Amino acid sequence: MRTIGFLIQKEFIQIFRNKTMLPLIFALPVVQLVILVNAATLEMDQIDMTVVDIDRSVTSREMIRKFEGSPFYNVKAAGLSLEHAERNLKDNSADIIFYLPQGFERDLSERDEADVQLLINAINSMSAGLIDAYTTAIITDFNNQLLFNRLGQKFELPVEIRARYYFNPQLDYNIYMLPGILVILVTIIGVFLTAINIVREKELGTIEQLNVTPIKKYQFITGKMIPFMVIAFVELAIGLVIGHLFFDLPMEGSYGVLFLFTFIYLLVALGFGLFLSAISDNQQQVMFVVFFFLLTFILMSGIFTPTESMPEWAQAVNVINPFAYFMKVIRMIILKGSGLADIQSEIYSLLLYAAIILSLAIWRYKKVS
Amino acid sequence: MKRFLAFVQKELQHIFRDTRTMLILFGIPVAQILIFGYVIKNDIKDVHIAVYDQSKDEYTQKITSKLTSSGYFILNRELSDMNNIDRIFKEGEVKMVVVYGNDFSKKMNGRGDASVQLLTDATDPNRANLITNYSGAIIRNFVREEFHIDKLPVEINAKTRMQYNANLANVFMFVPGTMALILMLVSAMMTSISIAREKELGTMENLLVSPLRPAQIVIGKVTPYVFLSVINAITILVLGVFVFGLPIRGSLTLLMLESILFIILSLSLGIFISTMSPNQQVAMFISLFALMLPTLLLSGFIFPVENIPAFLQWLSVIMPPKYFIIILKNIMLKGAGFAFVWKETLVLAGMTLVFIILSVKKFKLRLE
Repeated sequence: MRTIGFLIQKEFIQIFRNKTMLPLIFALPVVQLVILVNAATLEMDQIDMTVVDIDRSVTSREMIRKFEGSPFYNVKAAGLSLEHAERNLKDNSADIIFYLPQGFERDLSERDEADVQLLINAINSMSAGLIDAYTTAIITDFNNQLLFNRLGQKFELPVEIRARYYFNPQLDYNIYMLPGILVILVTIIGVFLTAINIVREKELGTIEQLNVTPIKKYQFITGKMIPFMVIAFVELAIGLVIGHLFFDLPMEGSYGVLFLFTFIYLLVALGFGLFLSAISDNQQQVMFVVFFFLLTFILMSGIFTPTESMPEWAQAVNVINPFAYFMKVIRMIILKGSGLADIQSEIYSLLLYAAIILSLAIWRYKKVS
Repeated sequence: MKRFLAFVQKELQHIFRDTRTMLILFGIPVAQILIFGYVIKNDIKDVHIAVYDQSKDEYTQKITSKLTSSGYFILNRELSDMNNIDRIFKEGEVKMVVVYGNDFSKKMNGRGDASVQLLTDATDPNRANLITNYSGAIIRNFVREEFHIDKLPVEINAKTRMQYNANLANVFMFVPGTMALILMLVSAMMTSISIAREKELGTMENLLVSPLRPAQIVIGKVTPYVFLSVINAITILVLGVFVFGLPIRGSLTLLMLESILFIILSLSLGIFISTMSPNQQVAMFISLFALMLPTLLLSGFIFPVENIPAFLQWLSVIMPPKYFIIILKNIMLKGAGFAFVWKETLVLAGMTLVFIILSVKKFKLRLE
């Protein structure tokens, strides 16, 4: 125990005397969290719309006014040429072209129906889908207004459909993204620092000095893990505080459960870092291995898109993706208040994972070079 | 010149003798393209729902079977009361609970006030929104069919056309994005690490006392990486075109020239990082950690830049990938020529120049 204590003390001294790394370790995640949560948004509130109103009737103008009145749209008229308007789409000054053809109003009153066209810049398919949904909703709204004027009463289907959103009635995207980004930041720091650490000792030759001491393998690994685990916990705590102060992040669940799960998760994540460093020869190599795994795991973790939409084989791969577990569970605990019973299968999986990866790391770390 | 070539050869040997790093360097673009092409999907598919049916009559059963036969939803369980809905969402599997009011069929045929509630787990707000929209549309369609309401008394039909990308294939987003991310990170990481490594191991001094000039050393260091990165860029394009059917509507030559410009920019950023880093650890930390997430999130790769708050738009102005992605998209998808992208090209060239000047200044300081 005393041996481990000294090893930990050594690591902390090395961390705190490194005046270049220390500020980076703490400042980078904080700055990134604050900035990136704001950036990772799919809420559309600046839709640039170019209107081509060939009809120029009372009804068409009324309809355009609907969009002008919406805080989500910047409406711009573009004369009478569709080709001209399409240039706006091409040079990115418009996200959508709203085209009202000749005879729009006449068709509505004579044939009871009329067509309008929406041309959407669909290069980003996710936002194109949302723009389509928003715009169609406003048109439907206008349609209902016309129905009301025509019938003198609301036109309704014989069924009323009501929607209710649990846990996040404001549909705030920030509180959904923040825990996800926090998971990534905490993990990168932890994995990066542990992975680099042992390889660095290898490359500089100092590991041989440790190898000739009577320190046992498990003591060495524990001594390497605890300091970085402490740092990862501090990062998580800072992140949560930032969430509460600046983003109204709720905490529906218990901190006890969250920290317990974080502990188990970090055993896996740091164990992974140790394992990678044990199989690498130098810092450059371990860096690229870490980069490869982190990038793949992050993209597959379900931070941007739900894991349930992935194909079966990808969901199977996710069994070895530590991010996927934590991404799911941290959102459950923070946003929904899920308890131990709800996350027990994830806990068992990660415990098993930790046992395997740590054994592998200890086994691969050889005391002779 | 001969000395210089010998130096480039030395660098190439350094790179090629480490097979594991080589594998990863060439594996990363392939893996990433495949992930984006096959794994990252936003479709609604097999969403688990629960049903609390207070009527259990003809219409409610028909609606439930419409929902589950649509392919979007799977019936996870039936509930017998409303008390445990919170609980069920907390378990995490069920994303929506459909609650039918009582006497559903009778009310629907009678006064027309049948009610159905769609309760969703909105922790992922966009998803909750989509699920609600999909299920709402299915129910509305069912009712319109059942009551033969095929046309409203007045109806505006909005015909949507998705320009440049008719089937909403994600390939148009992820190929340019992947190119920017991989070229940027790999180039910056490789150069910054390789120079910091020579410093850390003390071999930089050997190089500096050699007859090679500092500029030759730096250029010699980055030349192999230009080739490596060009191969990566070609890999990504080939996969994009042949596996995912990405069209390249503009000029291929222009596309490659712009890519090389971006590679040189990333390499000079890498050199700049290495001049600020005392050792490999710092160099890697900056080039990996400080570049990865911002490149993913601030460049308009996954999240459109227009949506982000104004103060962040300012920040995205200094993100090189942002311009590169605009250039790529314009050339590939819109077939735009140089006239459409000269501004962005100029910005990238300017940034390269700034990094080179800064690095040269720093480099000199260290030699004195």
